[in-house]
Amino acid sequence: MCGIAGIINLRHNTAINDAVLSDMASIMYHRGPDGTGIYNDKQVGLAHARLSIIDINGGNQPIHNEDNNVWVVFNGEIFNYIELRDKLKIQGHVFYTHSDTEVIVHLYEEYGDNFMKYLNGQFSIALWDKQKQKLLLIRDRVGITPLFYTQINGQLIFASEIKSILVALKQAPSLNKQALDQLMTFWSPVSPNTLFENIYEVPPGDFLTIENGSVKKKKFWDWEFAKPGEYLDKPESTLIEELHDLLIDATKIRLRSDVPVGAYLSGGLDSSVITALIHNYGDVDLRTFSIGFDDGALDESDYQNQMIKHLGADHSRIQCSYSDIAENFRATIWHTEAPILRTAPIPMNQLSKLVHDKGYKVVLTGEGADEVLGGYDIFKEGKIRQFWAKNPDSSFRPSLLKRLYPYLDLSKKQGVIYLKNFFGAELENPELSYFAHLPRWTTTAKCKQFFSEDMKVNLSDNAISELEKTFPARVSELDPFNKSQFIEAKSLMAGYLLCSQGDRMLMKNSVEGRFPFLDHRVIEFANSINPKFKMKVLNEKYLLKQSMRRYLPETIVDRFKQPYRAPDIPSFFTDKTPEYVKDLLSIETIKKYNYFHPARVEKLVNKIERGRAIGTKDNMAFIGILSTQVWHNLFIEGFQSNIKTNN
Amino acid sequence: MSTRDTVRKYILENYLFSDDQSALADDDSFLDKGIIDSTGILEVIYFLEDDFGITVEDDEMMPENLDSVNNIVSFIEKKQAQ
Repeated sequence: MCGIAGIINLRHNTAINDAVLSDMASIMYHRGPDGTGIYNDKQVGLAHARLSIIDINGGNQPIHNEDNNVWVVFNGEIFNYIELRDKLKIQGHVFYTHSDTEVIVHLYEEYGDNFMKYLNGQFSIALWDKQKQKLLLIRDRVGITPLFYTQINGQLIFASEIKSILVALKQAPSLNKQALDQLMTFWSPVSPNTLFENIYEVPPGDFLTIENGSVKKKKFWDWEFAKPGEYLDKPESTLIEELHDLLIDATKIRLRSDVPVGAYLSGGLDSSVITALIHNYGDVDLRTFSIGFDDGALDESDYQNQMIKHLGADHSRIQCSYSDIAENFRATIWHTEAPILRTAPIPMNQLSKLVHDKGYKVVLTGEGADEVLGGYDIFKEGKIRQFWAKNPDSSFRPSLLKRLYPYLDLSKKQGVIYLKNFFGAELENPELSYFAHLPRWTTTAKCKQFFSEDMKVNLSDNAISELEKTFPARVSELDPFNKSQFIEAKSLMAGYLLCSQGDRMLMKNSVEGRFPFLDHRVIEFANSINPKFKMKVLNEKYLLKQSMRRYLPETIVDRFKQPYRAPDIPSFFTDKTPEYVKDLLSIETIKKYNYFHPARVEKLVNKIERGRAIGTKDNMAFIGILSTQVWHNLFIEGFQSNIKTNN
Repeated sequence: MSTRDTVRKYILENYLFSDDQSALADDDSFLDKGIIDSTGILEVIYFLEDDFGITVEDDEMMPENLDSVNNIVSFIEKKQAQ
């Protein structure tokens, strides 16, 4: 992966300064420490910060075609570049490098604006057609790589990270209040919003065409699911083998690299599958990395050790303590560029640092399996609630929720009243696309009770309808399970897991993540099958387990699924509470930034200090408030000085 | 401070994060008003056990005992009289 940035004139021929392009690349040094490159023809300027992985010596960017009239800067990897290159050579194209980047310019020459559909990979691309004076900005299908843009003073400015755009703007940004409201409902803003006013993301699967001063957005891929009655009509045994073969190939092509490739190993099913496939089918020595927690309730070291022994992997582990969370929180927000509601990204930063320190630039991970193949508790919760909605007066049906929330030991008849209030939202409307997600969103939205009065002004309280507006009409025709998968992939995965917890924490330490479960062939296969194969009754990732059982210990395949969690509130209330926490949560600073209600925040902190905050709601509110304060401090109040200290 | 005042203060400070007495009526249902969620119920039980020295049995975890200031006050008084 790398960092890309650039500027294009929309109206006037304003001079584009090489120094600005260079600064835009420099602030993303962590994304590409191996070199920078600039193209500037005064109409468009492109900048690139390179993390060299394929064609170490010859792959410097920008890269051009045979006639020097198509130029590209690119962040990501094209995993099928070998096959594409062979075909393009037969078609007469002449290559001057051995990089995957160069296939992009020749594919564009061959197939025009539709060339992206031939790519298997993760990519953010800026392609400049000098003859047609046309710039394409393209983002991969599911949002593995980031790409942001803004329009100002007759120019469009884009970059892999927002801070690079801010460098070019040379003015303090402001908060998009609506985006914060959305983040405090869904964990991320509704695409294309970002936390920064007037700065947007190119949504996953979209491309922008900038030509003759106009900017047009178009989709080249989306999450499409088969409707009931149109599922792939094959026996279970065939589906098991098809998924098996697809995952082997998705893993093998992700091992293509001119530098050594490692893998994350959490001890869960998904990363165990990927490491087992590398072990069995990869022509590499298996090198794995994991994180352990001082907090035993979060630690999965026992399962990691089982897999290390099973595969004979050369393994490194780093331990995460409470103080690690508090000490790294500020630096993490500099990279997420958005508030967070859980501290989970922070250990992921420690893990990628371990990978970097051991001399690795690339890791394969199990990211995406839960979304694509049906692993999350929210899918189970949705299924149980659908089952309950068919007989709302039943006391047995909601009691199945206790499987997901064992502490809800409300076995008596009265318990149903509580369950109904906690999980019975919209029980009369099970056809709602977001039926499964409503309880989670309602709980998260409680964070907003801490908003200041000024924050609430002109804030439309309709985050859910704003998100729903982005769903295509076809979603309403899907099986409820697939509706939930669609929402999960488009909101939490694309908006948070792949960026704040994914790309940003990997690239902070110049490490590229590769995700076989997010190979579009795997996704399209999974989306075409009957959802009953993904979750058989309440057995999550059923088809995946059946496909991969042959490579894994039974204790891993059949283990109780443990969601990845990191220590939250207790990290900030030890005898070593960092000064920045005290400063940013002081009544004076809360008043000054004016996003939150000072007295309410004070009461929340008091509750925490008394050890009374044990719930998810208080936890998310606290992390959300603190990270928003840090975000403001870094990007609004002190941006110019923070460029120097953080970069 | 009376039992009622203690309970009111606890609910206002810990769930509504407010000093505004008008934000909570003594017969407001915590469930209907969305004041308490699935873990909030555990917090209330910890509060009763820690601050009033009573033990809440499984079959006492019902809205009739826990779902409003009035219900909690009656429940505490009943338990303390036992």
